[in-house]
Amino acid sequence: MDAFTPTALLSLPGWGSFLLTVLTIAGIYSLLTLGLNIHYGYTGLINFGHVAFFAAGAYTAALLTVPPPAQVSGAEYVFGLNLPMPLGLPISLVAAAVVGGLLATLIGATSVRLGSHYLAVATFALAGIFGSVLENEAWLTNGSFGLNSVPKPGRAAMSADTWAVTYFVFVVVVLVVVAFVLSRLTGSPFGRLLKGVRESEDAAQMLGKNTIRVKLTSFAIGGAVAGLAGGLYAHYVGSVVVQQFVPAVTFTVWAALLLGGVASNTGAVFGAFLLVGFRESTRFLTNIYDSLLASLPTVAADALRLAVEPLPDHASFVPSLRFVVIGLLIVLVIRYRPEGVFGDPNEIDAIGEED
Amino acid sequence: MSRDSSESDAAASVTGSDSDAPLLEVDDVVKRFGGLTAIDHASFGVEAESITGLIGPNGAGKSTLFNCVTGMLTPDSGAVRLAGEEVQDLPPNRIAQRGLGRTFQTPKIFRGMSVRENLAFAARGQTGERPISALVQPGTVGSEEADIRERVDDTLAFLSLDHLAEEYASGLSGGQRKLLELGRVLMLDPEIILLDEPMAGVNPALADDLLDRLHELNDRGRTILLIEHDMDLVMNHCDRVVVLHNGQTLASGPPSIVQEDERVVEAYLGGFENE
Repeated sequence: MDAFTPTALLSLPGWGSFLLTVLTIAGIYSLLTLGLNIHYGYTGLINFGHVAFFAAGAYTAALLTVPPPAQVSGAEYVFGLNLPMPLGLPISLVAAAVVGGLLATLIGATSVRLGSHYLAVATFALAGIFGSVLENEAWLTNGSFGLNSVPKPGRAAMSADTWAVTYFVFVVVVLVVVAFVLSRLTGSPFGRLLKGVRESEDAAQMLGKNTIRVKLTSFAIGGAVAGLAGGLYAHYVGSVVVQQFVPAVTFTVWAALLLGGVASNTGAVFGAFLLVGFRESTRFLTNIYDSLLASLPTVAADALRLAVEPLPDHASFVPSLRFVVIGLLIVLVIRYRPEGVFGDPNEIDAIGEED
Repeated sequence: MSRDSSESDAAASVTGSDSDAPLLEVDDVVKRFGGLTAIDHASFGVEAESITGLIGPNGAGKSTLFNCVTGMLTPDSGAVRLAGEEVQDLPPNRIAQRGLGRTFQTPKIFRGMSVRENLAFAARGQTGERPISALVQPGTVGSEEADIRERVDDTLAFLSLDHLAEEYASGLSGGQRKLLELGRVLMLDPEIILLDEPMAGVNPALADDLLDRLHELNDRGRTILLIEHDMDLVMNHCDRVVVLHNGQTLASGPPSIVQEDERVVEAYLGGFENE
C-alpha cells in the first residue's frame, strides 16, 4: 500500500479510481462471502437470505450516523443519531455487526430446525419480508428514497482520490482481521463442531452436541460478518437505499463462494474478488467493441458487425449479458471443478445432504 | 417372561422387583406412526456391565426402539430410565451427555472430516467448542487438544485404525466405517453403548476383531446393548437376550432359556435348533 499512496496523493487516472472502486467493493463482498462460508461451507446451512444481514448492517450504520431529519429536506425518517465522524465509525461498524448477528439469530431461531432445502426457502422468504419492511417503514428507513446523507468518514479532510485509497486500505485491514479471526475459529474445536454438524446432525446429537445451538451460533457469526460488510458499504457509498439490497446480492455472494471454494476462507475471498472484478469489468464490453470497430481493418470490422447483427440492438443487452456469462462460469465450475478453486473435493463430499 | 434364577442377582432384576434397578430400563413404551403401532408396550431392562442382545424379525421395531431410547423419537407413552432417571422426554444430546452412546445401522460418519477429526469431535466438555473461548483461551484449548489427541491415538490403536488417522472418512470401507463409529462412541466414553447391527457388512476377520473389542470394553465395565441378526453370535456372546416381536417384548433372559421359549421359537427362531 505504501507504494500506492504517494501517487494517490496527486490524483488517480480514470481507470485507477475505477479499479480502486472495484477492489473496495470486492473487499466488502469478500466479507459477505466469508460470512456465508461460515453458514454453508462450515455448517452446511443453505442460507438464501444473506442480503438481509448485509442490509441490516448498512441501515444500522446509516441510522447511527445520518443527521437528524430536521437537517435534511424531504426526510420522512424520525431518527438519525448523527454520530461524529471519524470517531463514530468504530461504534457504527460494531453496531452494524451486532444488528446483523441479531437478525441472523432471529431468522435462524424461526427456521434453523428445518432441513437443508426448506431452510433455503425459509431464509429467502424471510429476507424478502425484511426487504419489504425496510421499504415500507418509512419512519425508520425513509422508505424507497433511502438514507442519502451517510457520512464518509474523513472525507472532508482529504481529496476524493486520497479518501478512496484510504478507505480501500481500511477495508483491506478489516478484511484481514476478520479473515484471521474466522480462520482461527474454523481451525479450532469450534470449527470441528460446525463441520460435524454439517456432516451429520444425527451423529452430532448422539455425541452429546446441542446442534440447534451450534447452528444458531453459526448463523449469528456469519450474519455479524455480513452486517459489518453492510456498515462498511454504507460509509463507502454514502447512501443506503432498498434497491441496493436485492436477492441478486445473495446470489452473487453464493456464486463467489462456489467459484472460490466452499469451506475455504482463502477461496471465499478469492471468489469474491474474481466475481466482483468480472462483474464490474464486463461493464466495458461495449467500449471494447466500439474501439475494436474503430481500430480493425474495414473487412474485419464489417465481419464483426455481421457477427453481432443477430443480437438485439438494445442498450441493456450487453449489461444483462454479464449475468449470463456469470451463470456460464458457475456451470463450468460445477461441471469441471465442483469444489471451486480452493475447495477440497473430499471435504464437500456430503455437504448439504440430509442425514 | 422367562427368567433364570441361576443367573446373577443383577440378571434376576429384569422384572425390577427384587434387586437394584437396571442401568437402562424400557418401561411399557408405546410408539405409533399413524395407524401403525411400531412399539407396543415394550418393557425390558439392561443390566449394568452386561452384553445384552436385542433380537427380532425384520420390522419387529428394534431400530425404532433404539430411537425411542436415544431420544431421536419421543415415545407416545411409557418411560425410558437411564440409571434410574426418566429420560424419554430429553433431546438426544442430553441423553448422550448422561452416558449413553449409540451407533447407527448405516454408519453416520463425518465423511468430509479426517478420521482423527471424527474421533476428536466426540470428546466431552471441550472448552474450545465455545467460539469466544476458542479465541481468547488458546492455552486451555491447546492443552485440552493435546489430551484429546492422545485419547484419539489410543482409540485408533485399540481399533487398529491408526494407519488411517489422517485419511478422509469418505475413503473408508464399510467395515472401517463401523469401527470409526464405534471409536467415536468410545471417545464419548458412555456408560452404556447401543450398537445397531455392528457386524452387518463387516468382513468375518474384522468381525472377530470387533467382537474381541466389545468383550474388552465389557470387561472394562461398559454395558452393551446390541441389535444383531447373527443368531450364533447373539447366543454365544450375549449375557442376556431380549426378543422383540411386533413391537412387543416376547421374552428376555439368558440365551439358553430364551431359545427354548416356545413363543420365541414360533415367532422368530423357527428352525434355529435344527441348524
